[in-house]
Amino acid sequence: MPSDLTAVQLVLSADPELMGIVSLSLTVSLAAVACAALIGIPLGALIALTRFPGREACIVVLNALMGLPPVVVGLAVYLLLSRSGPLGSWGLLFTPQAMVIAQAILVTPIIAALARQTIEDLWVEYREELAAMNVGPLGRIATLIWDGRFSLTTALLAGFGRAAAEVGAVIIVGGNIDGFTRTMTTAIALETSKGDLPLAIGLGIVLIAIVIVVNALAWGARRAGERFSG
Amino acid sequence: MKNRMNTRRSLIALAALATFTLTSPVSAQDKSIVVSSTTSTQDSGLFGHILPLFKAKTGIDVKVVSQGTGQALDTGRRGDADVVFVHAKPQEEKFVADGFGVKRFPVMYNDFVLIGPKNDPAGVKGRDIVAALKTIKEKSAPFISRGDRSGTHAAELNLWKIAAVDIAKDKGAWYKEIGQGMGAALNTASASNAYVLADRGTWLSFKNRGDLAIIVEGDNRLFNQYGVILVNPAKHPTVKKDFGQAFIDWLVSAEGQKAITDYKIGGQQLFFANATVPGA
Repeated sequence: MPSDLTAVQLVLSADPELMGIVSLSLTVSLAAVACAALIGIPLGALIALTRFPGREACIVVLNALMGLPPVVVGLAVYLLLSRSGPLGSWGLLFTPQAMVIAQAILVTPIIAALARQTIEDLWVEYREELAAMNVGPLGRIATLIWDGRFSLTTALLAGFGRAAAEVGAVIIVGGNIDGFTRTMTTAIALETSKGDLPLAIGLGIVLIAIVIVVNALAWGARRAGERFSG
Repeated sequence: MKNRMNTRRSLIALAALATFTLTSPVSAQDKSIVVSSTTSTQDSGLFGHILPLFKAKTGIDVKVVSQGTGQALDTGRRGDADVVFVHAKPQEEKFVADGFGVKRFPVMYNDFVLIGPKNDPAGVKGRDIVAALKTIKEKSAPFISRGDRSGTHAAELNLWKIAAVDIAKDKGAWYKEIGQGMGAALNTASASNAYVLADRGTWLSFKNRGDLAIIVEGDNRLFNQYGVILVNPAKHPTVKKDFGQAFIDWLVSAEGQKAITDYKIGGQQLFFANATVPGA
């Protein structure tokens, strides 16, 4: 990154390098949230609607996993994907795909835990109605996910926030390679280590602005959706 | 019913998106190599200067993962890099002797400098690094150590040994091992007005100097040699040996050596090419 420019100038001039970093950050974090949602929402719904031995312990563990340390997840994924690791033949270490995998692991428990709570609350509300309509278990899960879709966006946004903000996992499995796996957070870490604190802070402000824009878009979509479906 | 169909459709769309993002860029890694190198080559801006020249000549993309020398060699040992470019000759020779590297080529050198507060509270300014370290220890002046098995950390430990200070035993509250890169060590020294051993390249490009300045420089014992090694394809068949060797050949060629010599910050040369010097 050209260090003689300030972050403001970089943004105003739509610096191609900065745009590349921003778009990689967004792509990786959104892909991770998409993967995590595919696993996390059905998993949360399943735990919400079924009763099995050890369910309470399962919920406690799921809630606790929301606090998974990114650096530990990064290290575990690194060891898995390393050429000397069990999945080394995939050749994914130091690629954006590896970063998506690590972030998806971090985000899945957050989405699953929040989805479980949301859907369980809805279940209490609609239980009798659904029982009267004689809907099967899979139908119940699908109906409740659909009815809770607006509340579930909050779970997705919490997951996105986690993914976009973390540096510990992506720097280990991505390697912070210039123009390839450098994200906003790893660029901030790098500029800090180069002692260019104003640029690092500037990039931090850009990152926060992007997260606010994503949240605003989600909010707008939610409002529009609510109005549309009455 | 319609609702359920919609849910299914959006789930399928999500799955398609995820699969797409996971699979599409894999084919982009054709003509590229991964080089595990040190924080000093990256933070000093050297790679930013020489890699575009190499790419223009050969079309090979060099992806640099910058770590401390110890970690960079580990990355090579695991087969996660094609080339290692580091600065700790004994560790590099061991890496080759253990069969993880093909051959070590000397590339360039720069030197270490002792950085400290401008007003030099321990009174160690001069050319003699060994005397300076002895005094710092005697006066328990604040000292920041990388503590991360990097090349600079190895050099620092070696200098304590030459100064006859058993740092593992003698370190007190004045000696702080931060376990991070060169930039972080300089940031810490800057914030706590401490002494720190740094490579000249990172120091010259470092921006958050505060009250720090060069205190000791020019001692022969502060010499810092860099070497480059191809990771052994016999150990790791996935190593891109042709591209990797092309990079090494270019670094030690007249053209590569000139590119290194030409890199300057504020008119000061950072690295001195010496691939042709025997025994470097």
